[in-house]
Amino acid sequence: MPDLEQAGGKSGEQSRAGGRFFMRFTRGQRYLHAVLFTTFLGLAATGLPMRFSESIWARKFASGVGGFGAIIFFHKLFAVVLTLAFLIHVKDIFTRALVHREKGIFWGSTSMVGNWKDVKDLFGHIRWFLGLGPKPQFERYAYWEKFDYWAVFWGMIVIGFSGYAMWFAPFFAHFLPGWALNAVLVIHSEEGLLAILFIFSIHFVNTHLRPDSFPMDMVVFTGVESEEEFKHKRTQEYERLKAQGKLEARVAEAPATWLLNFSKVVGFTAIFIGLLLLVLTLSAYFS
Amino acid sequence: MKIAPSMALTIVAFAGALLVLAAPSIAKAETDCLSCHGDASMQDASGHSVGVDAGKFGASLHGSLKCVDCHTTIKDYPHPDQVMAVKCETCHADQAAGLAGSVHSLKAEHPCTSCHGDAHAIFPKGDVRSAVYPLNVPRTCGACHGNDAMAKKHGLPNVYPLYLDSIHGFALSNEGLLVAANCQSCHGSHHILSRKDPLSPTYKANIPKTCGNCHAGITTSYLGGVHGKAVAAGHLDAPVCSDCHTAHAIEQPTAAAFRMQSTPICGNCHKDKFSTYRDTFHSQLSSLGGYVETARCWDCHGAHEILPASDPRSPIAPANLVATCGRCHAGANASFVQYQPHANARNRKLNPALYFVRLFMNLLLAGTLTFFVIHTILWLIRSRYDQVKRKTAEGGKNA
Repeated sequence: MPDLEQAGGKSGEQSRAGGRFFMRFTRGQRYLHAVLFTTFLGLAATGLPMRFSESIWARKFASGVGGFGAIIFFHKLFAVVLTLAFLIHVKDIFTRALVHREKGIFWGSTSMVGNWKDVKDLFGHIRWFLGLGPKPQFERYAYWEKFDYWAVFWGMIVIGFSGYAMWFAPFFAHFLPGWALNAVLVIHSEEGLLAILFIFSIHFVNTHLRPDSFPMDMVVFTGVESEEEFKHKRTQEYERLKAQGKLEARVAEAPATWLLNFSKVVGFTAIFIGLLLLVLTLSAYFS
Repeated sequence: MKIAPSMALTIVAFAGALLVLAAPSIAKAETDCLSCHGDASMQDASGHSVGVDAGKFGASLHGSLKCVDCHTTIKDYPHPDQVMAVKCETCHADQAAGLAGSVHSLKAEHPCTSCHGDAHAIFPKGDVRSAVYPLNVPRTCGACHGNDAMAKKHGLPNVYPLYLDSIHGFALSNEGLLVAANCQSCHGSHHILSRKDPLSPTYKANIPKTCGNCHAGITTSYLGGVHGKAVAAGHLDAPVCSDCHTAHAIEQPTAAAFRMQSTPICGNCHKDKFSTYRDTFHSQLSSLGGYVETARCWDCHGAHEILPASDPRSPIAPANLVATCGRCHAGANASFVQYQPHANARNRKLNPALYFVRLFMNLLLAGTLTFFVIHTILWLIRSRYDQVKRKTAEGGKNA
């Protein structure tokens, strides 16, 4: 009965539009993610041609943008921007923790630091995948989100350090042994490849393309999510806030239409570029 | 002896009379032939031109000769319709002997005139009108060797266009440089031999000497290096000039195209070194183009006088590395030059540290991805299953 279905769809739309929205990410966190994925895409697009310099698409792309000189210029430019963003983020965390004495940054239910619950959640989640147990209820950051965060954190340090060691090799040679100058390229390119493969396949699917979020989780662009989504995805946080009476403080405005549309364009462009780079990477890796 | 004025007068008069008598006799002989053959459009029974341009002939190298000096079978007039071909070897015996033993020995295909041009208008090779004047040689040889059909027939490359675009051809055709190598500078002229003939100047072992006729300094360097010594010792696998610079399409070695194309040439023999070079940043830079300064084989090893690292004069001798690397890397120091431009991360014995770094990175990559790929696939299946179940329970469609 198409009439009913349509009516049902409409009422659903209305209830969602009329429902409450909750703040998940601050403006600063959203900007940080935007800088992170823009520079990451740029670094991947300029790094992959160097990693697979023998492949035809790498040479075509390089000559299209002005050869190696242009590639390395933009690679370094994106690297510097990302480094600054990383340093600002680290400074921000320590300011919040040490100056503002904000609680729960390094430990507890709202912290990015892993805890025993994350281990239990991981095993619980896998049991649920296999139909052996109930679905675990997640707090503010689920274990795979924490993994994403720390993978990027570790990657920033490893890729960043090895990158700067190559950029300023004669300087780094003052305190690194000779073989380390060989090792930094291996480390940089393998860790970079891991980051690219991970972000463009695992992160994309886990965060954006899985059925619960398909085709894209807009929360990192708009900063807010609907009550229904909040309750479903982060049940424990929702219940905790409710019990603590802090839920009302998190209520936010519904995202503006222009912001949603703008976010969709940016987000889908980023996902498209990422998937394209993933295909090119895999084709070069296995050829 | 004293000569009386009257006697002197008699001698002068006699000499004058001789001249007066003799001059018309030469002119008369040529005039006899030219009375018919002076007509430039004259043809024999088979349609070949038998006309002679008297003016051109008179100015030519052979202008002082009589017609019958070359056309020896003609004694009387009228002469037979069929006359024997002129035998240049009567005078030019050495050149004819050289040609007879050469790749151009087949006389019917390569008469002297095929290179020297019109037999009645031959000029000395230093004369700009000569077909074998240095600046005209490539065009003369190119008449055959720039012809695709002819190249195919003899299984030879069509070298003329390659030469014209080369550094030698450019110097010759654009700048009119007489010392620029033309075909015969390397191949010789009459006694041209196949490059497979050990006597040929283009035989592999002879090439350093051939190029050295002009490039004396470079050849001396080359002969002092490992490749020159190997070739001199009879190891013809070692490269000579043309293996790196090519024979005809020789480019300016500092040109981007040459720098871009030449590393694989070294890699033809030095396969392991080429493979390890390709693992490095130097190679990644060079593959992508637009950045020709990046280190290629000869930037570190030298080009002509290549010496092993054990030789203190070698640019890759340990004591010279700071200077060699420092040419590109300002601030290179003793620790910096321990970088191994040919490190092999797959070889545990040679580069243990690098081997384990790579092993660790690969395990990290494979381990992380394997775990999360499985995790994600299971999650996808389960989420979809739940979603469908939920929607079915709500009475909606399965999506």
